[in-house]
Amino acid sequence: MRHIVMGDEAVAQGALDAGISGVYAYPGTPSTEITEYIQKYKKEHHLDIHASWSTNEKTALEAALGMSYAGKRALVAMKHVGLNVAMDAFMNMAISGIHGGLVIVVADDPSMHSSQNEQDSRYLAHFAKIPIFEPSNQQEAYDGVRHAFNISERLELPVLLRLVTRLAHSRSLVSFNVPDQQNEKSFIPNIDRFKMIPSKARPQYDKLVAKTQVLRTCAEESPFNQLSIGHDFSLGIVASGIAYNYLMENFEHNKCPYTVLKLSQYPLPFEQLKYLNDTCKQILVLEDGYPFVEEQLHDFFETDHKVIGKLTRHLNRTGELNPDWVAKALGLKEMNTVEIPAFVQARPPQLCEGCGHIDTFNALKEIQKIIGDKQIFGDIGCYALGALPPYNIISTLIDMGSSITMAKGAADAGVFPAIAIIGDSTFTHSGMTGLLDCVNDQSPVTIVISDNSAIAMTGGQDSSALAKLKNICLGLGVAPEHVRIMEPLPKNHELNVALLKEEIEYKGVSVIISQRACVRLPIDRKKIAKELSYV
Amino acid sequence: MTTNIILAGVGGQGVLTVAAILDTACLNNGLFFKQSEVHGMSQRGGVVYSHVRISDDVIYSDIIPMGHADIILSTEPMELLRYLPYLKKDGWLLTDSETFENIANYPQKERIFESIKTHPNHLIVEATDIAQKLGNAKASNLVMLGVLSNHIPIKERALRAAIKSLFDKKGDRILELNLKAFDAGRECVLEVV
Repeated sequence: MRHIVMGDEAVAQGALDAGISGVYAYPGTPSTEITEYIQKYKKEHHLDIHASWSTNEKTALEAALGMSYAGKRALVAMKHVGLNVAMDAFMNMAISGIHGGLVIVVADDPSMHSSQNEQDSRYLAHFAKIPIFEPSNQQEAYDGVRHAFNISERLELPVLLRLVTRLAHSRSLVSFNVPDQQNEKSFIPNIDRFKMIPSKARPQYDKLVAKTQVLRTCAEESPFNQLSIGHDFSLGIVASGIAYNYLMENFEHNKCPYTVLKLSQYPLPFEQLKYLNDTCKQILVLEDGYPFVEEQLHDFFETDHKVIGKLTRHLNRTGELNPDWVAKALGLKEMNTVEIPAFVQARPPQLCEGCGHIDTFNALKEIQKIIGDKQIFGDIGCYALGALPPYNIISTLIDMGSSITMAKGAADAGVFPAIAIIGDSTFTHSGMTGLLDCVNDQSPVTIVISDNSAIAMTGGQDSSALAKLKNICLGLGVAPEHVRIMEPLPKNHELNVALLKEEIEYKGVSVIISQRACVRLPIDRKKIAKELSYV
Repeated sequence: MTTNIILAGVGGQGVLTVAAILDTACLNNGLFFKQSEVHGMSQRGGVVYSHVRISDDVIYSDIIPMGHADIILSTEPMELLRYLPYLKKDGWLLTDSETFENIANYPQKERIFESIKTHPNHLIVEATDIAQKLGNAKASNLVMLGVLSNHIPIKERALRAAIKSLFDKKGDRILELNLKAFDAGRECVLEVV
């Protein structure tokens, strides 16, 4: 029986069928559906597994490590920039090693469909010296998860499973296999390797470096890396992950004349690559993301003009890969296409009608008229759309939580007023620590928490901050008279502007919680949000 | 033989619902398919599109190569034109006539229709009107699915079964409305606009 699933869901089902005891994650496009699928499945099948959202990707990864330490299998899911947040745990668990299988799914976003960048997570796994699995289609995404858990336990290392948007959010038919049971709880007898003081970490690191050859052999023997020998040796092709699909799309009935290495498991399998180098005149590297494989091959094969791809401008250096670029690199005929008429306009994403952020923006607009457009530091969430017309309200947007910390740094540099706008979930994700810095320095900043009781941009997941914001701010030491509440509604506009002006004038830390439930929430959650609100 | 369809529209118009129905219908009809979409930032008011590929054989790329789309189906006329570089020579353009003008510089309606009409194979259908008359303008996406059904190798009963499975939980009234909208769309083979 085959099932309709998108790449994310195939991974989720694969993890469930690999016997995970928990999934740990923070929402992030295009990875969000992995955890949502597991949450739904858990409910429907009454499974005893952990599936609630974590406060951020670092707490998620560390908790997963804890589960692995106790002998059980854990899945972690995040978008590419989420891995940046979890890097401390990521790097060091590779050195300590793990126990119960640990698979970290990172969904990259080439072309930045909904991200600040298109960073390629393969580099980070390479940096940590752990295996990478990169499926090329939905069936492989399902099958690969179980394989990843198996090698994770065999090698005692976490495994990175890399997706891209075009696979994560694409549906096809997948066959499921008989599920595995969960592991029993167990400790390893000698836990020294988990105590990473230098004297114990050093020998562990030596072991990790030596392990690379084992990882490489594992990749060379992997059923997911497939070398198919062609008859035209003018060109050899390395196609990783989804790039394999774009390659095969260009040849009818699978008839590619060249030798192709379909690459889905790293470290790079030298044996197969050596074969390509020895037999083919040139090697074309196809990958969706940075020239990760291409750069390594330039190093391996030192002959000039041997390796072609993004760096040699045969392919697009930035933006996602697609079958058209592959066709161009292969020298196949370019299609005559129709142009988009010039009068077709951009239709950027918009805030929903009635959204509370709009009213918060309208109030801030009055302030912006006085202070100019460079001193309102923004953050990540639906309110990030404030960077676009007609609001043009935020001056900066860099990474999760940077609104507060940038405002503080600017204040340290003498900028006054320095205003930060941050969402409720982003605040608990990584705003709290910045706020503590502000309190300890008594920085003259005004922080507006635009609280819609949800992680709205990614689909309205439960926020870790629910009912806790005021107490967190008071607990961190913000003066009670400077923790203010406002309800962002048109009828409160004058009141809210006055409140903002008051707090902005105060030369210390002010937090204004601008609170109204996301209009897209279902009625029951709106009710709960209202009951718990400060308004 | 692959049929490549681009579904287009504005967030909230039910474009991805049409995609989901096509997926299920392919499963019911024993066809291979791949359906990719970009969603997330376009809940309401932004651009939404999906690439749907249907075949009797294995499909590789999740996204349709340029110049390979047999059909572009849209719930909004300007959105139809955004994907023209994907259209095959003599490919079909199918669209609702109702514009969604939520941007300041929305072009003149006439220019949009004029441009669509330069393509030999096009159909501009008053899908929103039809849906409105049947009881709810929101069912215009199902009217367009009906229009599409005359151009794709999926049997009508597979599509009807897929519609049923998707709308079953929403109650008889809504299911009825959507099936009627689909039927009405199937009747639209001649241009009205």
